[in-house]
Parts: sequence; C-alpha cells; structure tokens
Amino acid sequence: MTTLPFSPEQEIKKLIGRCEWASLRYLKETSTYRQVRNDLPEKNESMTDEGLMVEVLANGHFGHSATADLSSDGIARAFEKAMQTTQITSQVKAFSFKSDDRPPVRGKFESPRTKKLDSISVAEITDHLTAATKAMASSPLVVNRLAQATLIETDSFYFSTTGSDIHQNFNLIAIDFSATAAEGSENQTRSWSQTGQWGAEIFDRTRFVSEATRIGKESVALLKAENCPTGKMDLLLMPDQMMLQIHESIGHPLELDRILGDERNYAGWSFVQKEDFGKLQYGSKLMNISFDPQQAHEFASYEFDDSGIPAKKEFLIKAGVLQRGLGSQESQRRSGLPGVANSRATSWNRAPIDRMANINLEPGESTLEEMIAQVKHGILMRTNRSWSIDDYRNKFQFGCEMGELIENGKIVKIVRNPNYRAITVDFWNRLAAVGNLGTTGTYGTPYCGKGEPNQIIRVGHRSPACLFRDIEVFGG
Amino acid sequence: MNNLMNDLYPYFEDLSDRLLAGLNPGEDLSLNIAAEESLFVRFNKNAIRQNTNVEQITISLRLQVNHRSVEKSRSLRGQLREDMKSLTALLDECRHEAAQLPTDPHQVALANNGTSREEFRGELLAKEKIVEEILGAANGLDIAGLLGSGVVIRGNRNSLGQNHWFATESFFLDYSLYNGPKAAKGNYSGAKWNSDAWKKNLSRTRMQLEMLSKPLQKIPAGKYRSYLAPAAFGDLAGMLGWMGLSAAAWKQGRSPTKKLANGEAKFSPLFTLSENFSMGLAPRFNSLGEVAPLQSTLIEKGSWKQFLVSSRSAKEYGLQANFAIPEEFPRAIDIAPGTLSEKDILKEIGTGFYLSNLHYLNWSDPVTARVTGMTRYACLWVSNGEIAGPIQDLRFDESLYDALGSKLVALTDHAEIDPAIGTYVARDLGGKRAPGAIIDQFTFTL
Repeated sequence: MTTLPFSPEQEIKKLIGRCEWASLRYLKETSTYRQVRNDLPEKNESMTDEGLMVEVLANGHFGHSATADLSSDGIARAFEKAMQTTQITSQVKAFSFKSDDRPPVRGKFESPRTKKLDSISVAEITDHLTAATKAMASSPLVVNRLAQATLIETDSFYFSTTGSDIHQNFNLIAIDFSATAAEGSENQTRSWSQTGQWGAEIFDRTRFVSEATRIGKESVALLKAENCPTGKMDLLLMPDQMMLQIHESIGHPLELDRILGDERNYAGWSFVQKEDFGKLQYGSKLMNISFDPQQAHEFASYEFDDSGIPAKKEFLIKAGVLQRGLGSQESQRRSGLPGVANSRATSWNRAPIDRMANINLEPGESTLEEMIAQVKHGILMRTNRSWSIDDYRNKFQFGCEMGELIENGKIVKIVRNPNYRAITVDFWNRLAAVGNLGTTGTYGTPYCGKGEPNQIIRVGHRSPACLFRDIEVFGG
Repeated sequence: MNNLMNDLYPYFEDLSDRLLAGLNPGEDLSLNIAAEESLFVRFNKNAIRQNTNVEQITISLRLQVNHRSVEKSRSLRGQLREDMKSLTALLDECRHEAAQLPTDPHQVALANNGTSREEFRGELLAKEKIVEEILGAANGLDIAGLLGSGVVIRGNRNSLGQNHWFATESFFLDYSLYNGPKAAKGNYSGAKWNSDAWKKNLSRTRMQLEMLSKPLQKIPAGKYRSYLAPAAFGDLAGMLGWMGLSAAAWKQGRSPTKKLANGEAKFSPLFTLSENFSMGLAPRFNSLGEVAPLQSTLIEKGSWKQFLVSSRSAKEYGLQANFAIPEEFPRAIDIAPGTLSEKDILKEIGTGFYLSNLHYLNWSDPVTARVTGMTRYACLWVSNGEIAGPIQDLRFDESLYDALGSKLVALTDHAEIDPAIGTYVARDLGGKRAPGAIIDQFTFTL
C-alpha cells in the first residue's frame, strides 16, 4: 500500500475556486539497473524519481508547474508559479480549452505480476546475468558479453478539483543481452531483449542461458558470413524488426500533435494530413493496426492516461485504410478528429503530450514457413540495429543485426549487415503476407524521444512476421 | 528552496557533511548533485502551446566498500529533515546491496581531485516580457519552438575531501520559421537576454526563409558536391561522439573508428577535433570529480591522437585516463576551422547543395563508419555559384572515412558554437563548435 507524502484531499481543497480547474499528478518511480559484462558486475544503480505536477486551467489555457518539494508550502508555491505563468501565456494561447477536457474519473490499475519485484535479491539477479554472459562465450572471438536488467516500479496518483482520483501501479522489466564478436577490423553484434509489465517471475535462468548461447554463436557466425546482397527483392521482417517499422512509420506519423504542428521544431511534422483520415490507403488490405493499452504484460499498458482519461483499444488502420489518429482529448478538440487516450508524460516534471502506447499489428493467417515458401529471392531480417527517417516520416532506412538469404522458397544462408530503404505508404502497400499468432512477438522500448522540453516514453509493439514485395535491400 | 542559485550550495554542504560523518571505516562515498529551476515555454504558430515551470534536485550516492560499488540516486525535496531521512535509508540500502555483490576488479578508488567553484550569473528574460519580446518580434510569422530559461547546477563531493561546484543561469530559444512546408532554423542562446541580438537573430532566420520562396528544385539521388553549414557539419562529424571516441567501445570491438585508431586509415589533413572546455559550455569535472584537461586533441590533421578514456577503462585496459565521463561521450567537441571565407562558399560549391541542417543521423554500417540521415530545413540547390531554390529533402548514406577523408575539400574560416539544448530528464550542459565544410561527391540515396 503506497502512502502519499501529502494529503490530496487537503491540497485539492485549497485549489478549488482559485482557478477554472486544477489537478495534482504525483509520481514515484524507482528504477534499478544491474549490469554484468564479461562475467563481472559493472553497474548496480538505482534512481528514485519523486515529485508532483500541478496543472491549472486559467483563461482557457492549461499550464504546468513541477516540484519535488511535497510540503504544503512547496505545493502552494508550485500552484502560484503555474498560475502566474499561465495568466501571462494565456494572452496568446494556441487554443481555448474548457474544464470539460479533463472530466472527473476515478479508478485503479495494477500491472499483472505473480512475484513482487523485490522478491528477487541483487545476488540472484547478478547470478542470472552472470550465467548469461558466461553462456555467450562460445568462442574467444566473442570479445564483449553484456547482460542488463532494468526493474521499474511506478506509483502514479492523479487528483483534480472536479473529483478525479486515480491510482496506477506499474511493475516493468527490461532484460537486454548482447554479444559482440570481433576479428581484425570486422565486428558483429547479436542481441536479445525482453520488455514488459512483469514481476520477478520473468527471471528464468534456463531461458536466459538459452538465448545468450544462441546470440553468442550467431555473432560469431555473422563474422564469417557474406555481406547482404544489394537489389530489389522480397523482404521478410521478423517481429523484433517489425516493432521498429511500426513505431517509426506508423506510430509517429499518426500522432495528432505532429499533424497539428506542435513538434515541427523538434521531432518533426507528418506526411499525414487531417483530410487523410477515413480515406488514405496507408497499406495493403492485410494491414490492421491497433492502439491497445489493455494488452496484458505489454510494456505500455495502462488504464488511464496522464490527463486522467480512461484508455481502451481502438483501431488506427483497418484493412489498410487510415481510421484514427494518436491524439489526446486536447488534440481531438483542436483537430476535430477521433483519437485515443494517449496524453502521457515521461515523469512528474513534464507536461503530457500525444504519445504512442502499445501500437500493434494484428495477426494474419500465414505461418512463417508459408511466407518463406512464397519468396523466390529475398531476405529475412531480424533485430533492429540502425534507424533513420525524415521529419515527415516518409523516407526511411533501417538496418538489422542478421539476415537470412531466401532462394526459391528456402533459407540458404545467413548474411551480415542487412539494410533496406523505402517510402512509408509505398512500403506498407507492398505488404503481401501477415504472419499468424504463432509468428507473433511482443517487444517494447523505454526510449522513445519526443517533445519540447524533451521526454522519453515507454512504448510496446506486438507484431507477427510480415512479408513485403520488391524492396530496396543492401549490405555493408 | 526560494533561490536555488543562492540556497543550494550551503544545503548540499550541510547534507553531505552529515552523510560523510556517518560513514563506517573502510567505506568511501561520492555524492553528485544536479538541480535546475527552469521555465519552458513551447510555441506553435506564433502562439503558446504549453508552459511548464520545473524545480528539481537530484542527488546520487556512490558507496565503495571492499572493492564493491553501488550507486543510488533520488529526488530531493529541499527539506532537511525529510531529505536526511531518505538519504540515510538510501545509504543503508547501498551497504545492504554491496554486501551481496562479487568484487569488481575494475573499480576506481575514489580520490581527492581538488576543489573548484564556478558560478555564472545571467540576465534572463522576465516571464512578463515573453509574449512581447518573442511573439511580438515574430508577429506575422509562423514560429514554432521552445524557450528554456533558468538555473542549472552540478556539484560533487566525496569522502576524500573533493569538492566541485558549477552553477549557471542561461537560456536558449530554439525555433524554426515556416512558410507552409518550407522551414528555416534558428537558435538564440546565452546568459544575458538582449532584445536587439534576438531581433537580429530572428531577422537572419527570416532571410533564410525568404530564400526558400524560390522554385522547388527536384534533384534525384546521386553524388553531389555539398556545403554543410556549421550545424550540419557539426552533426555529421559529431557522430564520432557516438562510440567513435570511446576507448571502451574500441576495446570492446564496437568502435566505428577502429581503422583510424589502428592507423589503417586517415581522415583529411584538414580535420582536427578536440575536446575543449575553454568554450565554457560544460563543467570539467565528471561524476567522480576528476578534472579533464582544458583541451585535449583527439584527432589531429586527420591522424588519430587519443581516445576519451575514463578511469575505469584505464584500469581495465591498462590505458592512461584523461578523465572522460564514464560513458566516454565528448562533452565539448571543437572542430578546428579552415580557410574558406563565407563570401566564397557559393563559388566553392559551384553546382551542388547548400545544406543548413541534417536530421536523424545513425550508423548504417558501423565497421565502415557509414552514416545515414536526412537533409532538413533550409537546404538549397546551387547552380553555377547561384542559389536556384530549395530542394525536396534527401537521404544521404556516406562513410565518415570518405566525408572527413578524401572527399573533404575545405572548411570555413569561422566556426559556430552549437550549445546543447537537450532537455531529456533535465537541461543539458555542453555543446560543440564546428565550421562549415565543402564535401565533394557526397552520396544521396533516396
């Protein structure tokens, strides 16, 4: 049971009548990092981030003030700062909002877990990670063997002058392994990761050793492999690359705040126009994309966004046609477009903005073997290692850790340094097959950057393997 | 805390004195503090989209005992009784975890690396004047961007007597102007807000935007002679800071500059890169309180000189430390200028690209130091030394061994400071200085 360091009832009561509307969003998050490299402990660190964001509505403009001083005086000072600044900035506000844009909501959420995060000791975690780095040492050519575990526990509370009262508790885990093999001036890295909302049950030594052994061997095999061929060919992307493909070329361009121009000076604009919703054939008819914050164990699941709006699954793209944007209540009001509950902040010290959460590609019907059998000449690519896309989210170039050459419906050998480049809508319209549930993988990243001031956010992506026709592929 | 600039130093002294006094025999403790009191105002379409005041203090404790290390950080409230209670508990957690860890053979023993105290007072724009100064000056323009303004503080003490302090009041206004989809980038940063200097800065960016009203030039992918303005060249060469200057990355087989460091390849003799703290952009002390040399040349006239080496890498690999930060990223890159004068840039391009900015750079093939990225903002096609008009954005994919090697034709005789404006978690310190560069046969792929 989390004990708040202040009385929300008393503090909220003081704000009623002093502005059009106000909220207090308290967050306490402890992130623990453990790292073992080459069988030795390298990093044992933790960070407890704790503070409060005061949000006010003054003259139809939402303004914010963040403080880690959780005394009554500290909260009062933060409120005064928010009001003073907002009364000035509201003279030239970008849009006039109402308190209806923050409806009163009450509720709770707890991410699923079977074992508490603190039920595993630092000694046990170190032992698991050391077992993994030892398992990567299949050859003296594997010069760097890294195993990391990040454990995060977050408590988020939200109270408003109109009666909102929300508590969400998250347990999050990210496990990352990488093995680098080097010989002469050549080097190759293979990695494996697992991210999600889990408890300590995720620490499975047998699985860790198995995945670590595999990536160690694959890094050495890639050293000896030929470069990926160059030319137009079929491209079969596995889920650990699809996550990046979905993230960069679907998630970001559909953010309504980008379409509205808020991000133009930093992350960029979007090729998607307001009039494209309901009309644009974004991809082939096999393409169904959902915003799904209620997928159990996925990294960015939640019940309420950081503006207190209840979250539920919505389709962004159905049968390839663009349906809905990634826009919060504020962006929906500004744009007149349908959106989702995605007003999210990296922590207590940033105002929420439109973010992805779990953005997933729904499974199709093909088995992996069926998709490989459909390819006369092509490459299967696994695990992202390089990513770049323009500020309108059109021209992208992505690289993967490992490729497998497919000839006449069969995998014939592995190739190294596989890359591909394309333009978003043209690429997604080349989607020729979508894998079934058996090909599906769930991934996530804690490091999606956006916003001014900058914010990182956790996102989840669940996808099956997918086949694309005639893509420009090249090697190192 | 009413005034972070005045109040935090004695508060940190008091907290750290109490914690250091409570150490047991054989324990060493390093304390780092980072704080800011900032106002962020975000603009879109010459209006205010969001405003956020942020007041935050974070402290980290690194306990070293019996060749084991544990580091724990937390937010501070600025209330002595509450903070001491939290930090005492945090120190006990460090002790508890250290007892469970195996020994760390690469641990760097804490040392007394001296004392320093630097404070830079500024004259910041009062919040009451933001609307008139910024949006008034930009009246009639479509401006988007961010003002970040306030105090940023870093401090370090340890149980061996070391004590460093760095506090600065500064601001940045990072912005762009738009004419439909065409955009020009500007940045006005400093410690003292000057209304005339801001208006001149805005006027220069507006002139760039006006140049974009010429007809759009559709240039196909290919190899073109290109001028990279200081911001663009700083971003391209700055990619070296992503594992390319790190001794650990080199030793761990992950360095894109392995061939350069091994003497198998060279950059152009025109290219010299240093880490230069005399620019005053970042504190010289790192999280261990070690003070880096005022200036370290890393690449000189195209030849490798040295890596950034942290004390931990030095111990693990038997190298000489130059007191880099543990991640071995550069904090103050300085690329030496050349001889090309500004008035000769278009003539030197002849026919090719003038690129003001690049976007979203990443290694596309680390072993060959190949980098991909996009053109962004005011990028122009130049024909026979004359500006023809803006281009559609293009993707480039080029090895630094070529772009900073045989293809590097000239560097401008002026270099521009690009202060760090990152605000992930907290406001960044640091930055880089770079000249503009002419690169021949620069490769565009999409």
